[in-house]
Order: sequence, then C-alpha cells, then structure tokens
Amino acid sequence: MTGAEILIESLRREGVEVIFGYPGGQVLPLFDTLYDADIRFILTRHEQAAAHAADAYSRATGKMGVCLATSGPGATNLTTGIATAYMDSIPMIAITGQVKTHLIGNDAFQEADVTGITRPITKHNYLVKDAKDLARIVREAFHVASTGRPGPVLIDIPVDVQQKDVEFVWPEEVAIRGYKPNYYGHPGQIKKAAKLIASCKKPVLYVGGGVVTSGAAGTLRELAEKMNAPVTWTLMGIGCFPSTHKLSLGMLGMHGTAYANHAIMESDLIIAVGARFDDRVTGRIDAFAPYAKVIHIDIDPSSISKNIKVHIPIVGDAKNVLGQLLEELTKVPETSDWLKTLEGWKKKSPLTYKAEGKLKPQYVIEQINEATGSEAIITTEVGQNQMWAAQWYTYSHPRTFLSSGGLGTMGFGFPAAMGAKVGCPERIVFDIAGDGSIQMNIQELATCVCNKIHVKVAILNNGYLGMVRQWQELFYKKRYSHTCISGPDFVKLAESYGAVGIRVTKKEEVRPAIEKAIATENTVFIDFHIEPEENVFPMVPAGEAINHMIEGLA
Amino acid sequence: MKHTISVVVENKFGVLARIAGLFSARGYNISSLAVSETLDPATSCMTIVVEAEDERILEQIKKQLNKLVDVITVTDFTKKEHADRELMLVRINYTPKDKHALTGLLEKYSAKIVQHTSDSAIIEAAGGQQQIKQLLQGLEAFGIKELVRTGRIAMAY
Ligand SMILES: Cc1cc2nc3c(=O)[nH]c(=O)nc-3n(C[C@H](O)[C@H](O)[C@H](O)COP(=O)(O)OP(=O)(O)OC[C@H]3O[C@@H](n4cnc5c(N)ncnc54)[C@H](O)[C@@H]3O)c2cc1C
Ligand SMILES: Cc1ncc(C[n+]2csc(CCOP(=O)(O)OP(=O)(O)O)c2C)c(N)n1
Ligand SMILES: [Mg+2]
Repeated sequence: MTGAEILIESLRREGVEVIFGYPGGQVLPLFDTLYDADIRFILTRHEQAAAHAADAYSRATGKMGVCLATSGPGATNLTTGIATAYMDSIPMIAITGQVKTHLIGNDAFQEADVTGITRPITKHNYLVKDAKDLARIVREAFHVASTGRPGPVLIDIPVDVQQKDVEFVWPEEVAIRGYKPNYYGHPGQIKKAAKLIASCKKPVLYVGGGVVTSGAAGTLRELAEKMNAPVTWTLMGIGCFPSTHKLSLGMLGMHGTAYANHAIMESDLIIAVGARFDDRVTGRIDAFAPYAKVIHIDIDPSSISKNIKVHIPIVGDAKNVLGQLLEELTKVPETSDWLKTLEGWKKKSPLTYKAEGKLKPQYVIEQINEATGSEAIITTEVGQNQMWAAQWYTYSHPRTFLSSGGLGTMGFGFPAAMGAKVGCPERIVFDIAGDGSIQMNIQELATCVCNKIHVKVAILNNGYLGMVRQWQELFYKKRYSHTCISGPDFVKLAESYGAVGIRVTKKEEVRPAIEKAIATENTVFIDFHIEPEENVFPMVPAGEAINHMIEGLA
Repeated sequence: MKHTISVVVENKFGVLARIAGLFSARGYNISSLAVSETLDPATSCMTIVVEAEDERILEQIKKQLNKLVDVITVTDFTKKEHADRELMLVRINYTPKDKHALTGLLEKYSAKIVQHTSDSAIIEAAGGQQQIKQLLQGLEAFGIKELVRTGRIAMAY
C-alpha cells in the first residue's frame, strides 16, 4: 500500500467517519486516495475553520475530530485552531502535508517547520520520515490525543512518504514507555479526602472541563446529592451539572454568579474536579478561598498545586476517583445551614439585567433557550456574546456548550457549530455570535450551504468589539480606541451565499425570527441589533478578589 | 537555588528541542545541560541544572518534564545522595617559569595540561562543584584566557 492508503486505512480503523480540510500540492496523494475512500470529507473555506470544526466535532460527540491541510500556509492556517484545542484539552488529530523528505530544511516551496511551530501547542507531534512507521504513528497519535489529559496531536507527512509503497502492518497495541496516565486515585488519598469531607461544614464542589472529558457528570451528581453539597462550574464545565438542580450555583469566576464566588470565599472545603484554577476563576490569587482546605482531583499532576496550594491532591480520572470517593464516604457532612445561607444569597443577588431600553442580548438568549427547550447545542464566539451565552441559556447536559475558554479565539463559534452539527445532525445547533467575531470565519457560510450543514447563527450585533469596549468604558475612561466596528449587511451576505438572513431590531420580532430559523432547512443568520453599550455583569475587575464584583452581592 | 535533574528520553530527533522549548515557554532557567546516549542506544540522558526559586516551581518543572511523551524518567538529585561531576578546559597564560607553581595546583585537583605553547596552556579538569570552583580560583593567578565547561552530570549512590 502507498503511504496515503496506509493513512486512510489507519484512520478508518480508528473509526474516523469525517475529515475537515483543504487540499494543496503536498497532500495530492492523500486527496487522490480520499477520492474513493468511504470517509466523508468536508471542504472548508479556510484551514482555521477546519481545525475548529474538527475540535468542536470532538467536543460535541466525544469522538475524534480530524483535520487535514497542506504544507506551509495550509499548516500555519491550522495553528490557531490547534492552539485553541490545546488550551481546552480537546482531543484532535491534525494531519499536514510536508515537502519531500530530501528537501526538508532547504527552504523548499511551501515548506514550514510545522513540527517545530506546533511543538508548544500540541500534546505531541510527529514528522513521519518513513512510510513503514505511518500506521504505528497514527495508532499512537490517536492514543495520545484521547487518553490522559487529552489534546491535539499533529502528524506531518512528507509527500514522498505518502507515495511510498510499503507493506501495511497494523500494530495490535500501543506501547509508549514514557506515557502512562494514571486513572485511579491513590487509596490513601481517597481515605484522607473522605475523612476531610465528613467533617466539613461549608463544602463546594468546583468542577470543570475534566468532568466533561471523563464522562463523570452522573457520578458527580451522585456525590453532590450524597454530600448535599453545592456545585459551581467553570466556563468549560458548563453542562456537567444541571443548572436547574437545587444544588447548582452556576458558573463562578470573572463573570460568574455573585453567590458562586461568595460561596468559594466562605467555603471551608473546596473539592476541585477536573478544573485547573485558571486566573479567570481565582481572581487575585492570594485572596482566593481564604478559609478553605482544597481537595484537587485531576488526571494531570501538573494541574495540581500549579496556581494554589492543595491539601489533598488526587491524581486520576474524575469518574473513577469520584466513584472511589462515593464508596469510601460513609459519613456525610451536615450542610443544611450552609445551603440556607446560599439560598439567601441566590435570592438577594440573582443574575439579572435591566429589561428596559433597546433590544437586550440577555433576552435574545432567553428566547433561544425557550424556543429550543434548553436542548440545543450552543457554540459561542468570544467576548460579551460568549459570557451572555454562558449566563442566560439553561444547560443540563455535558457537551452542549462549546466555547473557546483557554485561548479565547474569536472566529471559533461558527466553524465549531458546523463541526458540532456534522457530529450531531439531529440536534439544533446555535452559534451565539458577536458582530466582530463572526467576521473572522464568515467564509464558512459557503461550507455550510454547500454541504447542507444547517446551523443557526444568532449575531448579537452591538456595533462594537463589545468586551474590549466594556473594559475601555470601565477602566480607560470611555476612550473607545478602535473598538467601534462595522460589518456587512449580514442578511444580504447570508443570502448571497444561498443561506437565509433575518434582521431583528425589536423585542417582538425576536421569538418569531428564532422559530423561523429553527424551522428553516438551511443555514440561517439572525442579525439581532442589540443595545450597543450593554455590559456583562456581574464582573470581577482584573486583579481583584472574586467577591469584589461590580454589580455583585450587595 | 540550583537543582540537578536527570531526564532519560527517547533518543529521537527533536527531543532536545521539546525539552529546551518547555523551559523557554514556561520561563524556567537552565544553568547547564549535558546530553548523551545511555547504555541503551534508544535512549539519551540529559542532565539539567535548573534555577528554581522555590519548591513549587521545581515540582512544576518535574511534572511538566514528565508530561512529555518522549520523556521516560525524571530523577531529581536534590534530596538524593549522589555524585556529580563536571569537565572543563581552561586556557591560561603560561610560560615555563610558571611550571612549578602550576604543577602543584594541578596535582591538588587531579588536573592536567593537555597542550601548551610558548605563552599559554590548556588545562583539563574534572570534579565536583567545589573542586572546580577552587581550581578556577587558583588558576586566576596565571590569567584565564578562555573557559569551556560541559555542565554537570550526576549519578545516584
Ligand atoms: C472572555 C472570557 C471570559 C471568561 N470568563 C470566565 C469566567 O468568568 N469563569 C470561568 O470559569 N471561566 C472563564 N473563562 C474561561 C477560562 O479562561 C478557562 O478556560 C476556564 O476557566 C478553564 O476551565 P477549567 O478549569 O474547567 O479547565 P479546562 O481547561 O477545561 O481543563 C480541564 C482540567 O481537567 C483535567 N482533566 C482532563 N481530563 C480529565 C479527566 N478525565 N479526569 C480528571 N481531570 C481531567 C485537565 O488536566 C485540566 O486540569 C473565560 C474565557 C474568556 C475567553
Ligand atoms: C482572534 C482574537 N483577536 C482578538 C481578541 C480580543 N478580543 C476579545 S473579545 C473581543 C471583542 C469581540 O467582539 P464581538 O465579536 O463583536 O463580541 P462582543 O464582545 O461585542 O459580543 C476582542 C477583540 C480575541 N479574543 N481573539
Ligand atoms: Mg460586538
């Protein structure tokens, strides 16, 4: 078999059903093989979008997303998408073409040192120098990308390796001596944790993306209910605990709920599960959770004690460790007073917005929530739109809120919606977008229309790079330096691609437009003209303790 | 504080770049780095001397190294009994009239002259940190013109 055939056969054996990508000179042999392979190929209009789509396919389905690009500019276009997946620990395989092996290092046409460039933004990467290694490398790449703390893995394949004829040998198993993730918590640590839990009074479960990865939502709920402990989650943890549950505190951090942040600050025991104490969550680190002991469950030892001091580290897979804890926990804490206090805070300082004035973005999202029965997959761009989407839609299941948290990549949401829709064709997929961000990958309208990937895009059009404008308003004396941004006529633009565009300027038009978008068998852009200077609140100013919130708990 | 860490890695191209990249990306300082094949030609050993302000940073460095797929083992010699050595070559000012003074000094540190010309000599010395430091101080009296050091290597007792 040729290298190209070996690659495709290996992908098939790994269960790959779809590849997002873009062709070019150094992947011609691969594309020739793809021509009659039984793998769906989706031609995006930009390689960055291919990477985001593959990433979101992974996020939505838990299956491996795969993207493919040519050497040089194709590969460098992928990098933003690879870094996005890396920062959020999303499994993904990126395949790139490379110039012929004997030309590597010669500044050949469309050559770039892609393994060099992507070294700090991949979990691991490979330059395949011999076609005989290809099957093993694919096998390893899938294993590394999807196990332990997941992440993107890149395989760079010179064009002569794609052409080379060698025997296909599929390795029965993967053996990498330097790579052995730890999946079960140390029994001694579990015992210590159970003891600490039994005697606490104000516990908080602080949960994140690792719960989603691990499939631990059910076990988490069991533990929370058994302990009668409140649960708060990170942006990446959205959906891993039902937000309608009486123990839910919503998201914490910079734009979290006031009561979640206060709960952390008053807590005497924080149980962190698959969450990495990001600075958007902790605020001023030396003021974070002053009364709390911390139990930290994470599959990656380097996440533990990185930002804050941890009293009981437990390295292992969230689902397994929570299961071990459940078994060990014979005595549960008495938390009714604590829950009563929290109930009071919830009543006193709920998430809120002023309904009067122009069309409000929060209202738009509430209406999308109602119209979709809280059962859509929501992707977001970055900025205010992202925070409103996090705050105002009701999430109850993992893998239904797909957002670039760690890198904060504008332009993620639309191709992500595409990837999610390809993975979950039966679901309604909404991209909650900003007018700035949507213009960063708007070319994907063509991909959606051409491949009948019917996603819905709600543009919260405020005429601003709103999140940056908000900071300028609050911290730079309203000097709106280069944050007022224009765009095209989104309705006409959508129509010119063969999609559907709807403009909404009044409150009463919101619901009908959403209903129409859902009912339309096409990709739909809804251009919501919202209050231009609406802010996201509550908010922790940078460098403050998380209970010092603007519009927080009075 | 300086710490000596040895890292056994897959002997593949690009691995040194991964290690060096990790240190630069995360802002850790490498004081010295020595790399060579081990008994098993499929692995190399890198002895790295790092500057870490506190225990937490040292822990992070070790964890981050361990995370690399090509890293097989990480050994921290900070709390381990071990031998560490370094090799250096020093070019000093030297004329035959210095011979007596120099020979005494070199004997004390088991160092030797590798080559000399009419006005300079290359000295070779291997030893622990203290020895190397003292020898260098002694050699300063002659005038040091050039200095090359391999960086530390270490082995546990
Ligand atoms: C404009 C903007 C505003 C933001 N504001 C906020 C905010 O207010 N609040 C907020 O929370 N975030 C906010 N974020 C997101 C923030 O930047 C981080 O991305 C987020 O907080 C990280 O979430 P996480 O801790 O769940 O970590 P993730 O990045 O999801 O990491 C997952 C962790 O789980 C571990 N893990 C993975 N798999 C497993 C497993 N199987 N078992 C156990 N552990 C596992 C990993 O090792 C890692 O430590 C914002 C982002 C942007 C762009
Ligand atoms: C690629 C990229 N460039 C710049 C930024 C910085 N940034 C963060 S939010 C934001 C504004 C986004 O504007 P828009 O998409 O209109 O969203 P809004 O905040 O108005 O809802 C900018 C420029 C970023 N996150 N990503
Ligand atoms: Mg905007």
